Amino acid sequence: MKELTYHRADDAASAVALVAADPDARFLGGGTNLVDHLKLGVTSPTTLVDVSRLPLDEVSELPDGGLRIGTNVRNSDLAAHRAVRRGWPVVARALLAGASGQIRNQATTGGNLLQRTRCVYFQDVTTPCNKREPGTGCSAIGGYGRYNAVLGASEACVTTHPSDLAVALAAVDATVVVLGPDGERRVPMSDFHRLPGDRPEQDTTLAHGELVTAVELPASAAARRSTYRKARDRASYAFALVSVAAGLELDDDGRVSDVRIAWGGVAHKPWRAEVAEAELRGRFVSEEAVRAAAEAELAAAVTDEQTAYKVPMVRNLTALTLTGLAEGATR
Amino acid sequence: MTANEVTPDPLRSTASIGTSLLRRDGVEKVTGDATYAVEHPVTGPAGEPPLHAWLVTSTVARGRVAAVDATAALAHPGVVSVLDHTSAPRLADTSDAELAILQADAIAFRGQIVAVVLAETSESAREGAALVHVEQEAEPHASIFEEDSPTYAPEQVNGGSETDTLDGEPDEALARALVTVDATYTTPHEHNNPMEPHAATALWDGEQLTLHDSTQGPRPVRGTLAPMLGLEEEQVRVLAPYVGGGFGSKGLPHAPEMAVALAAMTVPGQPVRLAVTRQQMFALTGYRPPTRSHVRLGAHPDGRLEALRDDAVTQSSRVKEFAEQAAVPARVMYAAPHRATTHRVAELDVPVPSWMRAPGEMPGMYAQEVAVDELALHAGLDPVELRVRNEPDVDPDTGNPWGNRRLVECLRRGAERFGWADRPTEARATVDGEWWVGTGVAASTYPMLWMPGNVARIRSLDGGRYAVAIAATDIGTGARTVLTQIAADALGCPPEAIDLDMADSDLPFGSVAGGSSGTTSWGTAIVAAAQQFRADHGEHPDPGVETTAASGQYADMDGHALHSFGAVFCEARVHRYTGEVRVPRLLGVYSVGRVVNPRTARSQLLGGLVMGLSAALHEEGWRDPRTGHVVTQDLATYHVAAHADVQQLEAGWLDDVDELSTPMGSRGIGEIGIVGTAAAVANATYHATGVRVRDLPLTADRFLE
Ligand SMILES: Cc1cc2nc3c(=O)[nH]c(=O)nc-3n(C[C@H](O)[C@H](O)[C@H](O)COP(=O)(O)OP(=O)(O)OC[C@H]3O[C@@H](n4cnc5c(N)ncnc54)[C@H](O)[C@@H]3O)c2cc1C
Ligand code: SF4
Repeated sequence: MKELTYHRADDAASAVALVAADPDARFLGGGTNLVDHLKLGVTSPTTLVDVSRLPLDEVSELPDGGLRIGTNVRNSDLAAHRAVRRGWPVVARALLAGASGQIRNQATTGGNLLQRTRCVYFQDVTTPCNKREPGTGCSAIGGYGRYNAVLGASEACVTTHPSDLAVALAAVDATVVVLGPDGERRVPMSDFHRLPGDRPEQDTTLAHGELVTAVELPASAAARRSTYRKARDRASYAFALVSVAAGLELDDDGRVSDVRIAWGGVAHKPWRAEVAEAELRGRFVSEEAVRAAAEAELAAAVTDEQTAYKVPMVRNLTALTLTGLAEGATR
Repeated sequence: MTANEVTPDPLRSTASIGTSLLRRDGVEKVTGDATYAVEHPVTGPAGEPPLHAWLVTSTVARGRVAAVDATAALAHPGVVSVLDHTSAPRLADTSDAELAILQADAIAFRGQIVAVVLAETSESAREGAALVHVEQEAEPHASIFEEDSPTYAPEQVNGGSETDTLDGEPDEALARALVTVDATYTTPHEHNNPMEPHAATALWDGEQLTLHDSTQGPRPVRGTLAPMLGLEEEQVRVLAPYVGGGFGSKGLPHAPEMAVALAAMTVPGQPVRLAVTRQQMFALTGYRPPTRSHVRLGAHPDGRLEALRDDAVTQSSRVKEFAEQAAVPARVMYAAPHRATTHRVAELDVPVPSWMRAPGEMPGMYAQEVAVDELALHAGLDPVELRVRNEPDVDPDTGNPWGNRRLVECLRRGAERFGWADRPTEARATVDGEWWVGTGVAASTYPMLWMPGNVARIRSLDGGRYAVAIAATDIGTGARTVLTQIAADALGCPPEAIDLDMADSDLPFGSVAGGSSGTTSWGTAIVAAAQQFRADHGEHPDPGVETTAASGQYADMDGHALHSFGAVFCEARVHRYTGEVRVPRLLGVYSVGRVVNPRTARSQLLGGLVMGLSAALHEEGWRDPRTGHVVTQDLATYHVAAHADVQQLEAGWLDDVDELSTPMGSRGIGEIGIVGTAAAVANATYHATGVRVRDLPLTADRFLE
């Protein structure tokens, strides 16, 4: 048996101090991902600092109309929250598209963003994996690839980020509030997760010991008219093959004044489709226009036999999602 | 003691049979009182608590174990011992290479047991297993089933059927035929994943081995393990009062049962517990091997088949042969004067495949029933009508008359209930919002199987009660309940007056709960014993008198072709933008003889439909060519249907009595629900989209445009 010390943190600062001081310590949120990894041997911390009971479990409205979500707001509560559903439907829908009712009841906001990849080799300690054990090699290259990335992958790692919530947060330009040993800092979602490069062991830009305390959602017309669509291998309880988080604002002529497109299941991080957004701004929304815009974004895609489907799938789904938003349908 | 053989008469009264008697073990199960294999509170003679075993498995697909270094494991607190091929007890018989574990240094597949750790807690056993250092010498291996994998013809296929059959001149007839289908259909690795993993608690007292096992057959386990362990059968006792599902994977003993038995024999007087992990189940407890069926059909313009060829190739393991009988159902389904079926197997460096619900019928009928759908299209006929036109008068395989073939009625009844007539003839004709919508049909069949050798004992108790004993098992099917009903009617008493004792190998012989043969075989034995009991002791027996009878062959298997049939109808929706498939409606109508208990029968048929749907849409084990192991080795990555995938689901049956098969008038129902279902779904997706997918599963990418 591995000895494991369990601390229940009294306040955020002492939790940060405990973890920052010990490279073998980890924060424990709802545990739905980390505890699996302890069992599989994917990670073997010597200390767990349970932050799930810290009083960071409020959703509060900000003076500028935005929303602040404490890290310990459970995924199910966040999805059901009225203000979220009204102002950021993409967030509620993304949450409900993920995992199962039981897991959502348990999972925390911060834990969701920091969940690790579902790559089958990452989870199997008998196979090499650069993310789990840097320098050992990437088994997914030349192996099972159905869920692999088509954008932004590297020779070191070709996996995707599994979180649905993160994709929605990327689309609405959320900010992650982080507490570190030197105090608080604010990280835009676009800078929170990273591409694998030559350091795939690093999923995010957080330093060891930095604690997510909250996520802030700015209000916008595009966030109010937003939605999430996910294609998957079964009707529920499956990670995305691809997903689309999108928000749209039209001007009085019906032209696009603001559009947000983020893709899940295609990259090591939620993929904000900025090329496609730029193509669409100032134009009328039509299936053709969105397809063309998505294709411009996907020009950089690198696929193989197992991932080739993702390009047409995400293109089609983006077209469907945006035309739906343009027609005023919210689903 | 050998019991007299008695062939029963048909049951005269069916007062309890046909009623939805509540499950006898329902309350224990839902309240958590039912104790499964590793939950039995077993202690040694002096109160010794159980040790925990953990399996260490190979990480190369072929090679040898050069050395097992257990130093670090043994130094870990709580670890008691580590067994490997140099230290495990020697088996008396190693001819069954799947079960002859830890006897030699050879590694024949990735995931093979190479050591067993015994420890005081399951945590220390698991950690000990991680600390065992196995030095392996890898050799080149071939573990991927490919089109050009070398194959051979097995001597026979699973179930004892002939490898090849030939009638007439199918190749010539196919060349002449005006309407033809020539296509190849594949099914992937499918893995039985019962809720309760394979698990056992074993105790060896120096004389007697007691195994609380999660098995579909206590007697078969005893009969297989005892001689290998060099024991008399009476020295082994296997109990399986509650089993959390099997789906065939617990039908034959597998290596983990041998591992726990061997481990127990090294620590006399101390119980040993072993629960296989979900990941280990993908290598150690059987699976359905991938199949490739080349089907050729030749018909007249009116749809009548003139020739039929089904050439099935499947994967087997170098360790032990298993030949999935995928072309066997083609022998009985349709009339055609010219016909051939063949089986070939590719022997690879992979784990041993085994039974998974409806071996043979499931993949074979998938291939054939999609091919028949294609033929209907080419002939311009409705798929129901095409099947009706090809109804054989007698069993095409044996020439015997049918016992009770009511396929046409199943098709007609199902078509009416489903609203089949409203269906557009053309494919890709219906759009509903984002979805293409289509419907499909497929036939199903499963043979009536009866196992010889079953013995039942009836004893009268006080107060008009009866004790009925047979070493049958209830793996969640409801066997305990339906056997109670059968015994009650056979004795002419209410079911409440029956004390049924089962699931213990010390009881009179019961065959495996497999091949949909359980109720048929055990029930026939119980009826035989009950009728003999009445003959011996009359209607008012003294308490304590008993009769034991062995079941004679009641089923008229030699004179008649005895099979169940069914028809499955499906509505499928395929997403126009993503290709995702959803199944809003699935209906199966079956002819299965008399239904002993509508509640448990419906649940078997619905379960079969769900499993068929799951195979159609999701299930696929992905074997890595480099390492030879299935990397989708948990239920988050090996998808089975979730609740949201299963929408409107309906199973019905014809009012039926089959007096040729059993004295109860019943046939087996455990497997037929899965047969044909995947084909119905595939045919519906074709009708929705005009895209013919011949390789399971029907994932979204196949329909993407
Ligand atoms: C079968 C299954 C299916 C699933 N399907 C989906 C799906 O379809 N879509 C989807 O999006 N998700 C899915 N999930 C994942 C699920 O959403 C995550 O497991 C969950 O959100 C993690 O939250 P948690 O609070 O339990 O995190 P934990 O398991 O507690 O922690 C996860 C990681 O985050 C770190 N951490 C936790 N809290 C903080 C914090 N405040 N600051 C910094 N680091 C922190 C931990 O150290 C750990 O590394 C699925 C999970 C399972 C098991
Ligand atoms: S893709 Fe990334 S996570 Fe998967 S094996 Fe390669 S390095 Fe590991």
